[in-house]
Amino acid sequence: MAEILVLVDHADGAVRKPALELLTLARRIGEPSAVVLGAGEAAASIAATAGEYGAATVYVADGAEFTEQLVVPKVDALTQLAKEKGAAAVLVTSSGEGKEIAARVALRLGSGLITDAVELEAGENGPVATQSVFAASYQVRSTVTHGVPVITVKPNSAAPEASSAAGTVENVTVSFTGNAAKVVARTPRVSTGRPELTESAIVVSGGRGVGAAEGFAVVEKLADSLGAAVGASRAAVDAGWYPHSNQVGQTGKQVSPQLYVAAGISGAIQHRAGMQTSKTIVAVNKDAEAPIFDLVDYGVVGDLFEVLPQLTDEIGAR
Amino acid sequence: MTLKIAVCVKYVPDATGDRGFADDLTVDRDEVDGLLSELDEYAVEQALRISEESDDAEVTVVTVGPDDAKDALRKALSMGADKAVHVNDEDIHGSDVMATSAILAKALEKTGFDLVVCGMASTDGTMGVLPALLAERLSLPQVTLLSELSVEDGLVKGRRDGDAATELLEAPLPAIVSVTDQSGEARYPSFKGIMAAKKKPVQELDLDDLDIDADEVGLAGAWTLVDAVAARPARTKGTIVTDEGDGGKQLAAFLATQKFI
Repeated sequence: MAEILVLVDHADGAVRKPALELLTLARRIGEPSAVVLGAGEAAASIAATAGEYGAATVYVADGAEFTEQLVVPKVDALTQLAKEKGAAAVLVTSSGEGKEIAARVALRLGSGLITDAVELEAGENGPVATQSVFAASYQVRSTVTHGVPVITVKPNSAAPEASSAAGTVENVTVSFTGNAAKVVARTPRVSTGRPELTESAIVVSGGRGVGAAEGFAVVEKLADSLGAAVGASRAAVDAGWYPHSNQVGQTGKQVSPQLYVAAGISGAIQHRAGMQTSKTIVAVNKDAEAPIFDLVDYGVVGDLFEVLPQLTDEIGAR
Repeated sequence: MTLKIAVCVKYVPDATGDRGFADDLTVDRDEVDGLLSELDEYAVEQALRISEESDDAEVTVVTVGPDDAKDALRKALSMGADKAVHVNDEDIHGSDVMATSAILAKALEKTGFDLVVCGMASTDGTMGVLPALLAERLSLPQVTLLSELSVEDGLVKGRRDGDAATELLEAPLPAIVSVTDQSGEARYPSFKGIMAAKKKPVQELDLDDLDIDADEVGLAGAWTLVDAVAARPARTKGTIVTDEGDGGKQLAAFLATQKFI
């Protein structure tokens, strides 16, 4: 069966959820193999998890290069494996780094590249990827016509399904090509204890209507009652009320959760581009004319400082 | 020695317009007005700042696009760039990102540069991979997705805010960088800048000038195929209620019916 290489994104020694989604999707188009790079001592447990989610083989490579240089060492490893193993496709998570890795791998393999797929299925001419474009106003279906398909998939595009496989570990020695930017220092993001924005099944976001940094407390309380991640609109981020790492929108994170709650967000096109593929959308806004209400499944015209705490209390009471 | 800075910019359909596709499933450029991609304004800004901090520097904006793409170059020139290069050839229509990066790489080689500055992504395709592809094609370090950028002593230094960590990066020139919308507000063109831009040189190049065969680019040379494009079905009109003291409770009831709580 065709071998599908899946780059396993990991942080803090654990597999990140989008990688499990990729392994799940990979089973639709072939037999998944996982690629685990620069995980150090955590490689064994990461490999085991990959096996539980359907990886027949887990290729493991370690080296200081993976953390001391930007992007290129991972490109070296993935390209080398794709060639050696005759992979039928390469799947990578759609993150800033993931897309850059995929692009360079595709170029080295002489392959077409599809980024930000939200759906993946087998087709007569190889994998068919669906993308959601122009602020999710269009769905585009594409195939790669040249070389080994290299496809990046957005988080939350599939529910991870466990499927026990051999998970046989094969250690790999990578020939590094160099020419990479040097990582001089790395500061891991301090965990808030909340789910990662792009991976969370529920996202609660605040916008201009929140009014101040302190105003985000009601947004955070609602998020915590739902086990949700906290997002912010560009207006709120530009005002300095919430960190850029939490920005949802065209120039921030693209999220696609089961439930998206927009509080005090008017719904400018730039914001919609980042959340319009959410399955269920709820909004609370004082302005009945706000464009966000055109998108919602349920909207409340009202003051978020009254509606959100009441909702949080209701959830707590259930 | 003049520090040569090249900025790659893209002319894109206005995101606030009703964007769509033409019959050949490429982006319909007639449907809405085009403009300089907003995210490229940050790249122009950073190039100008580096230029201003340098004793001797020159900023060239480079684009690949149809006739109207000159508007994007004019905007960058009116912000303060010194000159422009426009790669324009009807055979380029329908090029995918692989072909576009090949064309840009050749144009950059012809123009010459010490530093290439790009935006983090275009606002139409939003792939965010072109800077990485340029680095691969030109065998240069990529220092990308930067929220801060500086050039000193032949080194480019930057800060990259990733999902899991913030990284400080460094690479020797020549190098390819891309900047995010956090890198610093882009300046508005002054009236003087707009008038001066009219006199600045714009070099026209076609595929022959870059020694690229027509069949390597355009729809014919694309390595991916768009099979189908469909407008997303309009969302069914949701329920909208006005809060009269129990808006939060009503919302909770809705979330319960959807099994979120």
